[in-house]
Amino acid sequence: MILTHRIAMSRPMAATMAGAFMLPFGAAPLSAQTIDLSVTLPRLDVAEYHKPYVAIWLEQEGAAPRTLGIWYDVAKKGGEGAKWLRDVRQWWRAAGRSMRLPADGVSGATRGPGTHRLTLTAGRGPLPPLAPGQYVLVIEAAREVGGRELLRLPFAWPGAGGTASARAAGTTELGAVALTVRR
Amino acid sequence: MTLRAALFALGATTLLAAPAAAHRQWMMPSATVLSGDDAWVTVDAAVSNDLFYFEHQPLRAQPLAMAPDGSAGKIENWATGRYRSTFDLHLTARGTWKIMSVNDSVFGSYKLNGVETRLPRGLSPDRLAEAIPAGATDVRTSHNVSRNEIFVTAGEPTTGVFTPTGKGIELVPVTHPNDLVAGETASFRFLLDGKPAAGLPVTIIPGGNRYRDTLNQIDLKTGADGSISVRWPGPGMYWLNVTTDAEPEKAMPARRASYVTTLEVLAP
Repeated sequence: MILTHRIAMSRPMAATMAGAFMLPFGAAPLSAQTIDLSVTLPRLDVAEYHKPYVAIWLEQEGAAPRTLGIWYDVAKKGGEGAKWLRDVRQWWRAAGRSMRLPADGVSGATRGPGTHRLTLTAGRGPLPPLAPGQYVLVIEAAREVGGRELLRLPFAWPGAGGTASARAAGTTELGAVALTVRR
Repeated sequence: MTLRAALFALGATTLLAAPAAAHRQWMMPSATVLSGDDAWVTVDAAVSNDLFYFEHQPLRAQPLAMAPDGSAGKIENWATGRYRSTFDLHLTARGTWKIMSVNDSVFGSYKLNGVETRLPRGLSPDRLAEAIPAGATDVRTSHNVSRNEIFVTAGEPTTGVFTPTGKGIELVPVTHPNDLVAGETASFRFLLDGKPAAGLPVTIIPGGNRYRDTLNQIDLKTGADGSISVRWPGPGMYWLNVTTDAEPEKAMPARRASYVTTLEVLAP
């Protein structure tokens, strides 16, 4: 009873924090579904290397895109790192330009070459509770004095207890990207 | 008519024809889509043949800036060189800013005691009456409003700067001019003196023609509601021109208006 009560209390708070992005995704199921995401950033043999800006967002037809993560130079003095966010251009157009950054739970520092693992739990942080349906996780990387690459990972968000997975591999600025949805 | 008067009249005709010359006026911003909370743009402004290379004349009149809420912005670091002018604008508010160079003037001539006299260059329409002396005959005037405008956006595009003034040709966004992507179709509406600018020729030329043999010009005509649609063939900067000069044989129409903007089309 106490547990149910706590969940009931937390949902309006989560909705407030998620703002307008949440509603189009439908009613929040009472499940603790998670997305395990692994993102590989390639080691590049270039004269001038800067860690890429990386945006990760979720798209569903008919709903506003939902930013799950934006890795950029958050610590640069005077917020100057935000000047280059527009170079992550599809994300900037889809979601970034209407956001206030840095955003709690979404903004993060840039990451270097290697495989980075993230676990996103529905209803916590940037990932809203999702209704079952078709989604696309999009990841876009743009590197200072380098290139840009975008990968789209379509997947079905299962009902309670289901699983789903998707993977893709970049050729220039992104390596392998894989996601698994589990309960 | 003396030879001198004849030459003078010829000079007047040449002057009157000047606005229709082929040189292209433009402003080129360092960026049109900006992020961060302290965004600046630097703008080059020139009149040239090739787009967007400064090789002929600088834009000499200092433009004005309009903030997203319609208030005046501040042009900074204005400088005019041999081939171009340059200036900065600090985008101190989020939204879409307009930078504009507007010329609203009357060209013309009159005869007084048999001598043809040109109206002073750049004569403001509200000073026309006092510029024509009593007893003048053969008064010929042409009211010209030319607009050269660009748009830059910090954060999310807004539409406050598109409120029409009702003077000359103005752009009304159907597609926001700072939200253009190659392969997509954009629509804009044009107004002439606040009313739909129907049937006007629209020319769109992609920049970079110095390094190709063909202009790759896109020729369009505004529809009954003043609108055009264009599918962007590729990313880059484009020069767009709308003009009332649909009747080239008419040497001096009573009313002329033109509109120029530079549009940035991003890669998808």
